[in-house]
Amino acid sequence: MAHRASVATHGGHGGHPGSAAGEHLPGHPGQRTYINIAIILAIITIVEVATYYIEWMADSGVLVPTLIVLSAAKFVTVVGYFMHLKFDDRRLTWIFAVGLVISLAIVISLKILMDVHPIDYALRLLTGGE
Amino acid sequence: MSTAVATAEAHGGGHGGGAEHSPHPPTSTGIDHRKLLMWGFLASDCMFFGSLIATYLIYRGRAEELVAAGQGSGPLPHEVLDIPYTSVSAFVLLMSSLTMVLALAAVQRGDVRGTRIWLFATATLGSIFLGGQYFEFTSFYKEDGLGLTTNMFGTSFYTLTGFHGAHVTIGVIMLLSLLWVSLRGGLRQEQAINVEIIGLYWHFVDIVWIVIFTLVYLIPYDDDISTISEGAEHAARLLGLS
Repeated sequence: MAHRASVATHGGHGGHPGSAAGEHLPGHPGQRTYINIAIILAIITIVEVATYYIEWMADSGVLVPTLIVLSAAKFVTVVGYFMHLKFDDRRLTWIFAVGLVISLAIVISLKILMDVHPIDYALRLLTGGE
Repeated sequence: MSTAVATAEAHGGGHGGGAEHSPHPPTSTGIDHRKLLMWGFLASDCMFFGSLIATYLIYRGRAEELVAAGQGSGPLPHEVLDIPYTSVSAFVLLMSSLTMVLALAAVQRGDVRGTRIWLFATATLGSIFLGGQYFEFTSFYKEDGLGLTTNMFGTSFYTLTGFHGAHVTIGVIMLLSLLWVSLRGGLRQEQAINVEIIGLYWHFVDIVWIVIFTLVYLIPYDDDISTISEGAEHAARLLGLS
């Protein structure tokens, strides 16, 4: 609640009317931080692509989990810092999280359906049936 | 609760300057209505792309299996996807997120020139990404023979990446509109919320590509194939064929 009051006092963020000219919004990163974050994101991307070409990772089964973790790290960093969810009103995080959770549920449930369906699919392949 | 609401009302409900100075009415939540709406839209767009990604994940393996069974036609993902090329595209879009947030920081501190430079840079990087996607699509179609209806991989791939490209296109148009408004002197520090809202959309386009790049381009589809193969083995056992 204190956070909400703070957000209201500062007009959310984004230089709303009422913000003094040149006012630095409290708790927000500066340009240097944004550039550092971009460098980190670029490094993660390079690691992702490099990981793709390392054969033993694919053979040992760690490639997919590694790529998912790296991708999730990039996702969270962009949402948290560039989209300012880390500093913004907590309710905005909840709104986005609901959409994200439903989206993940769609992907996972359809993936599970696919894991079941191939039995029927394979039957048709084996028998040549329609 | 009452303290917070009273504070919000005292400051014009999140607009800071009070109703008499603000072009928009105060909000009961303390959050700008337009910003709230954009976050709601982005949440719904998550579900939209979730459906498209799930469809792609399902169909890419089917295309491979059909080809292996002699019942389908290529080309297949590993035959056409160019990882180094797409990595550069992903990097370009990632850097456009940096220029976007720098544009927001510039407008928030009243730096008009900086705002214009970073908005132009973001729109340019977005256009480069779109140009890369156009080249990729035409290359797949002309050189590899992968059309929208060639096979299930083509259908799901073009649908997923095409819708993302459409989002990027809309984003570039919005960025150029902002730049146009700025050049006409209509984008002052007080209107920073407009840059912030379009920035939210732009960053969302970036995070969707982060997911697509990993799931579509980097993660091999062996898992899907093995799943189908397991299904085939199970079916063969059921039929007494093995």
